[in-house]
Amino acid sequence: MKYLIKNGRVIDPANKIDGILDILISDGKIEKVGKNIEEPGSVKPTGLDAKGMIVAPGLVDMHTHLREPGREDEETVLTGTLAAIKGGFTSIACMPNTEPPLDNPAIIKSLKDIIKRDARANVFIIGSITEGRAGKRATDFDKMKKSGAVAVSDDGSSVDDETVMSGALEQSKEENLLIIEHCEDRKISGNGVMNHGFTATKLGLKGIPSESEYVRVKRNIELAKKASARIHIAHVSTKESVDIIRRAKAEGVKVTAETAPHYFTLTEECCATYDTGTKMNPPLRSREDVEELKRGLKDGTIDVIATDHAPHTDSEKDVEFAFAPFGIIGLEMALSLSVMELVEKKILSWPELIVKMSVNPSKILGIDRGNLKKGSAADIVIIDPDMEYTYTKNSVVSRSKNSPFINWILKSRVSKVFVGGKLMTVGDV
Amino acid sequence: MVWTKKDLLGLEYLSREEIEHILYTAASFKEVTTRQIKKVPALRGKTVVNLFYEPSTRTRISFELAAKRLSADVINVAVESSSVRKGETLIDTGKNIEALKIDIIVVRHDCSGAPNILARSVKASVVNAGDGWHEHPTQALLDMFTLKSKLGRIEGLNVSIIGDIAHSRVARSNIWGLTKLGAKVTVCAPKMLIPEGVEKMGVAVTNDLDEAIKEADAINVLRMQLERDTSGAFPTKIDFFKQYGISEERLKRCKKDIVVMHPGPINRGVEMSSGVADGQNSVILEQVTNGIAVRMAVLYLVAHVKR
Repeated sequence: MKYLIKNGRVIDPANKIDGILDILISDGKIEKVGKNIEEPGSVKPTGLDAKGMIVAPGLVDMHTHLREPGREDEETVLTGTLAAIKGGFTSIACMPNTEPPLDNPAIIKSLKDIIKRDARANVFIIGSITEGRAGKRATDFDKMKKSGAVAVSDDGSSVDDETVMSGALEQSKEENLLIIEHCEDRKISGNGVMNHGFTATKLGLKGIPSESEYVRVKRNIELAKKASARIHIAHVSTKESVDIIRRAKAEGVKVTAETAPHYFTLTEECCATYDTGTKMNPPLRSREDVEELKRGLKDGTIDVIATDHAPHTDSEKDVEFAFAPFGIIGLEMALSLSVMELVEKKILSWPELIVKMSVNPSKILGIDRGNLKKGSAADIVIIDPDMEYTYTKNSVVSRSKNSPFINWILKSRVSKVFVGGKLMTVGDV
Repeated sequence: MVWTKKDLLGLEYLSREEIEHILYTAASFKEVTTRQIKKVPALRGKTVVNLFYEPSTRTRISFELAAKRLSADVINVAVESSSVRKGETLIDTGKNIEALKIDIIVVRHDCSGAPNILARSVKASVVNAGDGWHEHPTQALLDMFTLKSKLGRIEGLNVSIIGDIAHSRVARSNIWGLTKLGAKVTVCAPKMLIPEGVEKMGVAVTNDLDEAIKEADAINVLRMQLERDTSGAFPTKIDFFKQYGISEERLKRCKKDIVVMHPGPINRGVEMSSGVADGQNSVILEQVTNGIAVRMAVLYLVAHVKR
């Protein structure tokens, strides 16, 4: 099957391309990117007019919770990847906090079988750092890597024990397998449920101080520096973390970082109605944190926008604020929120946004995605940048609907998505 | 005034006029409670459920009496609160209660915001009888009612709230109510019991009890909940009394007719000496009496809401 995408604004930052161009897709691969590509002879390609659209490498989410195996009531590989497609993500990396966790080759193998059967987008697997995600004994990174993991993380928990973390970083360096850390000192965050501050005071809710994050960011960076290993900081939410990462980068530490759209779109004040859709970990922070995250995105301190897509059913979420689980879904509206908060507000240009949502996550995970060079897999997203739409609960294709953005009017909609040269049907379950 | 609020969730959500209207309505019900026959037919045919997820005797009895004196039918339901509670969620319980054609749900819950969540899930009126550390609006209303009947006004009064502000719903409701009515509010506690940013609620903050009581027209002394988790650095009972307890001696340094309030139950010898609790300045038992009139007013108003 051949496709010819015509007259779109092709943004391929990895190859320094940004212009009105055509893309020819053939046999699942990018065959050609150029001006006025002629429709070649024998097999006529299906033409797609992308005038006024942005054509970019498919988005890559390096932080998704697919919940399979174990919590198929919340999400599955099928529904999660359909949600990804709807949001323009052609590749996602799934976190290992499943039940059981992805801490050994056998369970990773069985997930790979499910992926092979059900996935509509490319799914890369993140194994766990420690056995059972318990933080006590590191897994065998060599085996993790050989079984197909592209990184390791105990996401949802932080590795508290310094010795365990140091050992893991040594292994990480040895095997060249990236560690992604959820940075949280539970001794500080305790049983807090939202950001520590005036809003928590007003609401009578227990706070999670910023220290619980940045103290652990600092420790991890120090350990990574000592081991000369790479480390990726997941879901950065505080201004102090941004500052610590910025300094570490300047010093040459091999640290990378991500944040999620809700952290630069919403503040702690959104918790004021006790809507459990605003409860996530780390929590929504203050206005100053939001501003610093944006600065960090602009100056390159924060490399990646990831979703931390964390599905929970209505019955889990429709409870008292303190009892509700942490987390919100993110795949289907991450692009729109990023465009509205960053591109429209001139924090990032379109190419810079594509870097944060496709090029950088691919590089950091070491996967061959995030570019449109000849011969690479035709993972492409076509975006209608000016299209406005209402993000309704009914439109959500993820199995869970836990989002604080329901009924928001959003801008920039994914129009078409190719995964491996195959035109996907957006939003069709 | 036309009452338009279906629920009473907290004083943060009320205007000055609405708070004054509740106090005004309570005054007429106060008269009812002093009659030989302490009952009016205002809520005849209405049903009130006291849905209590946290044990409480005095608040529950006060609401029950208030409802009965308005001729409402009352049902008391005690539920265990837990995140792993078997069976119904809060919302399901609310909807089931509503299916029984109940008009008002009075809810006490150990989770902040539970009444807010309940109120948007049911058509019945929801009255907050205390939620976590969030609000206890009827307590603050009865405190203000008592204060007004003692001193004739709220506007311009110096009111100090003393004790564990961080974990107190009584403190929060009093702060909202008193500041809206124009009182000058000071909160006083050891540093670790002052919640982050509380000054943004329009209060002065001090750690020095003598400073807090010096100019005070009234003090509201909170119950010290020593069983609470406060991360270890909690003062012992005796330390607390020495630094923050109201003794007769301390009271001598205050304005002569200072009004001493306490939401109860009192830890005698912890936040307040027996001499003070039973002394001339204490209005603690009047607060209890006034609680019924104030709760009658609240039930009456939400039951007759113009939707």
